[in-house]
Amino acid sequence: MTSVLYDIPGPKARRRERIGSVIGGLFVLGLLALGAWQLQQNGIFEAERWSVFFDPPKNQEASDVWNFILVEGLGATLRAAAIAAPLAVLLGLILAVGRITPQRWVSWPSILVIELFRGLPVVLMMLFGVLALQLSFLQAVVFGLVVYNMAIFAEIFRAGIVSLPKGQSEAAYAVGLTRTQTLLSILLPQAVRRMLPSLISQLVVLLKDSSLGFIIGYAELLRSVQNLRDFFGIRYVVPLFVVGAAIYIIINLTLSRLAVYIERRGSKKAAGGVARAEEAVGGQVRGIDDASTGRSGGSV
Amino acid sequence: MDAVVSNFDLYWQGFRMTLVLTLISAVAALVLGTLLAACRVSPVVSLRWFGATYVELVRNVPLTILFFFFIFVAPQIGIRTPSFFVSACVALSVYTAAFVCEAVRSGINSVGVGQAEAARSIGLTFTQTLQLIVLPQAFRTVVPPLINIFIALTKNTSVAGGFAVTELFAIGRRLANANPADVIPVLVGIGVCYLILTIPSGILANWVERKVAFAR
Repeated sequence: MTSVLYDIPGPKARRRERIGSVIGGLFVLGLLALGAWQLQQNGIFEAERWSVFFDPPKNQEASDVWNFILVEGLGATLRAAAIAAPLAVLLGLILAVGRITPQRWVSWPSILVIELFRGLPVVLMMLFGVLALQLSFLQAVVFGLVVYNMAIFAEIFRAGIVSLPKGQSEAAYAVGLTRTQTLLSILLPQAVRRMLPSLISQLVVLLKDSSLGFIIGYAELLRSVQNLRDFFGIRYVVPLFVVGAAIYIIINLTLSRLAVYIERRGSKKAAGGVARAEEAVGGQVRGIDDASTGRSGGSV
Repeated sequence: MDAVVSNFDLYWQGFRMTLVLTLISAVAALVLGTLLAACRVSPVVSLRWFGATYVELVRNVPLTILFFFFIFVAPQIGIRTPSFFVSACVALSVYTAAFVCEAVRSGINSVGVGQAEAARSIGLTFTQTLQLIVLPQAFRTVVPPLINIFIALTKNTSVAGGFAVTELFAIGRRLANANPADVIPVLVGIGVCYLILTIPSGILANWVERKVAFAR
């Protein structure tokens, strides 16, 4: 993509690039070495500090530590996300449908709800759940995640429906489908498929945001890292933190990769159906790529 | 309702702190993010890797974890900042920079191939092409997403309230705990303060989007 900025390099430019890469690489390595030296100076690499994971002090078992991080901490994080995600998707779908309805008494409240909750910090809504609605910590975290993310999901669904070519709904009306039928059997299935990558990246955001429960007192992953730090002492904060952060990175990277994978696969498959339909109604084909994959087939 | 009216000065203090946090972090994130984007499109492989790794790592870590790092973990490895406020700004900038980088990069990628080709054909160098032709056009495309990123940043400053910075969220929590009878008005008041910042910005983003939209 970015190769447009420069020519395909010749022998001289390639040499320059190699030299540049080496210098840049040395610079980055230098930074890393500086960081490692800094860690070394502060004794982070001492085996004793990391012993918290295999031979913890204070007569604790390693399995207890891992149990506390993975089962209680990560378990609580995943539980909140797993309850909130389907609720947010469902409510988001309802809001999106509400927003595009022509009846104003339906669409205006939907717009109000979407705009309101999009503009508020999630942690504030969690606090509202705890203090004003008297919810338990888990319920409050789920409440905060759901009201914020349903607004975002609604916008994603709407964007998906709006991005569909007009011929889709026109064709549906032409064959006599009602508005509801058009929405349910023609527009939404295509919109959801198109927006699957965005939906998954929003799920990553939802999972990340569950860590805001830390601030209002929900015992999730970060809180269990903090509790272990308080129990074993500040000496062990770095190893504990590294493990906590690594867990988040592994889960989220996996989800993000899944989104990219689906996007690649989906752009091949879904485009086929849409491009063909567009050709059929004589509309504009979205691009040469779509037209060519349209012929190679795919599920319609 | 009394709790809101009689504590108006506290609200104002929190509002200002939220605004200051947002502005400082926005500028810092813009600079850092643009530098990272330059790394990601540069011909130098090692810098591209550095940019990509930074973005992948930071985007997949919750902001709360970054705050935890800069406030509780960094002092243990010898990185000390003068105050929680500075740590909060650093955490917010580091986090937001990853998103700014991606917005700028996709802006650069959205500039037509012909533009860069034309620039090269009249003999501009890589730096000149980027500086004179591609970036000015890319910035037009990235302004709406950037505003959205800064709206998210405004909301994200609330995390600082959980880490001993007295901005709107922290004020809200303090007032709500001090006035159990007035919890709902207190928190709704805080919410309104955030909406005063976020909703006009959202409208601005939509307006700019329509304004700068141009055919390619």
